[in-house]
Amino acid sequence: MAALLEVRDLKKYFKTGGGMLHAVDGVSFSLDQGKTLGVVGESGCGKSTLGRTILHLCDVTSGQIFFEGEDITYPTRKQLHRLRENMQIIFQDPFSSLNPRMSVSEAIMEPLILRGGMTKADMLAETRRLMDTVGLAARFENAYPHELDGGRRQRIGIARALSLKPKFIVCDEPVSALDVSIQAQIINLMLDLQEERGLAYMFVTHDLSVVKYISDDIMVMYLGQMVEKAPADELFNDTRHPYTKALLSAIPIPNIHNKKKRILLQGEITSPINPKPGCRFMARCRYASPECAEPQVLEEYAPNHYVACWKHKSIS
Amino acid sequence: MNDNLLEIRNLAVEYHTDDAVIYAVNDINLTIKKGETIGLVGETGAGKTTIAKSILRILPSPQAKLVSGEIHFQGQDLLQLSEKEMRKIRGNKIAMIFQDPMTALNPIETVGFQIAETIRLHNKISRVEAERRACDMLELVGIPMERFGEYPHQFSGGMKQRVVIAMALACNPELLLADEPTTALDVTIQAQVLEMMQSLKDKLNTSVILITHDLGVVADFCDSVAVVYAGEIVERGTAQHIFDEAAHPYTLGLFGSLPKLDATERRLKPIKGLMPDPTNLPKGCRFYDRCPEATEKCAEAPPEDIEIAPGHTVKCVLARKM
Repeated sequence: MAALLEVRDLKKYFKTGGGMLHAVDGVSFSLDQGKTLGVVGESGCGKSTLGRTILHLCDVTSGQIFFEGEDITYPTRKQLHRLRENMQIIFQDPFSSLNPRMSVSEAIMEPLILRGGMTKADMLAETRRLMDTVGLAARFENAYPHELDGGRRQRIGIARALSLKPKFIVCDEPVSALDVSIQAQIINLMLDLQEERGLAYMFVTHDLSVVKYISDDIMVMYLGQMVEKAPADELFNDTRHPYTKALLSAIPIPNIHNKKKRILLQGEITSPINPKPGCRFMARCRYASPECAEPQVLEEYAPNHYVACWKHKSIS
Repeated sequence: MNDNLLEIRNLAVEYHTDDAVIYAVNDINLTIKKGETIGLVGETGAGKTTIAKSILRILPSPQAKLVSGEIHFQGQDLLQLSEKEMRKIRGNKIAMIFQDPMTALNPIETVGFQIAETIRLHNKISRVEAERRACDMLELVGIPMERFGEYPHQFSGGMKQRVVIAMALACNPELLLADEPTTALDVTIQAQVLEMMQSLKDKLNTSVILITHDLGVVADFCDSVAVVYAGEIVERGTAQHIFDEAAHPYTLGLFGSLPKLDATERRLKPIKGLMPDPTNLPKGCRFYDRCPEATEKCAEAPPEDIEIAPGHTVKCVLARKM
C-alpha cells in the first residue's frame, strides 16, 4: 500500500537580498496513516517551512509531494481546495492564529462554511460536536478568543483543523506556548484523536522530550537538510549523527541525579543563504575533517534509520 | 548578623484595573543566602515575575500596589528607600536579566556603549576606563571584544542574551534576578548560556534567583527551589527535597505532566483544570479545585506552611512530618 504522504527531494528556496536562502534543501520522507513524524531542529532549520510547503502555504521550488499516491506538487486551484479538506495545520501561537473578531463557534464553523454543502443547522450541530470532541464547554460558544486562556484557544485551533475530517495534520509547535500542566492536556487530546480517527501527524517542535513522547519516527533537521531520521526510541538509544548527539545532550532533564555530560556546541547555526555544498554542520562539529566539505549522502544505517554523516561509524 | 543576603517577608502585591483587583502575590516569605541559587518555578501568571519586579521596585505604576511586606537586602528594607537610593542599587547590587533579549537592548546604541553606560552610572570612572571594562565583560561572556561597536540587530538571539548577561554582571551585583533567561533560546544555545552563567556565578559568588517554568533547567542549575502557585509559595526546599521528596500535590502534578524521555506509558498525567482566576481566589487552598487529594477541610481555610523536614516547607494540610 502506498504511504499516505510521500515527499521526494523537496526544496524550498527564498530569494533574499544576499542570495538564495535554502530553507528546505532536499528532504525526503514518507508517512503512513495513523503515524506521527516528529520534526526537530533549532530555530531557522527549516522545520516550519517544510510543513508549510507540504500544505502549499508556500510554493514548492523543486521536488515532489504525493498524497494518497497522487502527485500534488503543483496542484490546480480546484485540487488545492479539495486537498485542504485532507491536510490541515495547527499553528504554534493560539494568541495570533485566531481572528479576534470571531467567536468560538464562528471560528470553528468557518471551514465548514467555506467547504459548503451543509445547512446552517447541521453546521451548528457539527460545531457543537467538535467543541465537545476537543473538550471546550458549550458555554464558550459565544466567547471571543481574548476571553480564553492559551490552552482553550489551542483547543479552538485543533477543532478548526479537525472540522473537515482531515487525514493529515501538520502540528507546528502546537504546545510550545502552553504551560506544562496544560501542555499535557493538549498532548493527551491529540493522542486520543489520533487513535480514534487514524490521523497522521507531522509534529514540528524544538522540544525533544515532547517529540520522543508522541512520535513514531523522528527527523532531525539542520539548515534545511535532514541529518538523521529514525524510529523514536532508536534515535535516542543509538544516536549516530554528531549534531543529533549534541542536540539530545543539551536537553535539561528534570532529575538531579542524572547529571549527564553535555556536548557543548561551538558557535551558532551558520547562514542558510548560499550554503557551501559540504556538510552544513561542519563549522560546529568537533569531528570535522577536510572530507566533510564534500556533499553528504544519506545512508541507511539500519532499517528505517538514515544518517547523513560519512564518518558516523568511526565516531561512536 | 545572619548570612541571608535577601529576606522577603509577607510580600503582597495587587494590580488594580478598572474592573477588578488582581491578587498577584500573596504573603510570600523567601530568604536567599550569599552565593545561593534559588529556582522560582511556576506557571504563567503564578506571580514569579511580580516577585522579582517587587525586589527591584520596578512594578508597573500606578496599577501595581505593594500592599504589605518588607524586603531586606544587606540589612536595609528596600521598600523604605527613596527612589534616589534605590537607583544606586538597581543594576549595581541587584541586577536583572529579562526574558526576551530581543527587546531588552536599545536598538540604536551599540552593545558596548550599553554595557559601558551601566558601569559609568555606578562607578566614578572615565569613559575610556568604562569601555575597557565593558570589553572585559564581553570577553567574559564569550563575545570577542571586536564586536564592541556593533548594534543589537547584528547579533543572534543567543549572543544578545550574552550581552544582556554581560550588562547585568558588569557591576558585580550581589544578587542577580534572571527572569526566564534561556526560554527564548534553542536548547543547544541554552546549554551554552547556562554553562556560562554557572561558571560566572562560581567565579563571582553571586546569588541568583532563577525564574523559570522548566524543571530541567532548575535541576541543572539551582541549589534550592520555591514552587509558586497562584501567588503563593506552595513548596520550598533544597533541590533534593523538591526533586526527590516533593510533597505538595501541585509539585507532584507538575512532575507528572512532564513528558519523560524514558517513559513507556502512552498518556501523560496532566493536572486537571486551570489555575484559579486571580481576581477571584478561593478562600481555602488555591489548588483545591485541581487537587486529586482534596478534602472538605481544604476548601474551608487556607493551609499553613508545614515544615516536614529542616528547610522543606509545604503549604498543604496533608503534608506530614517525615
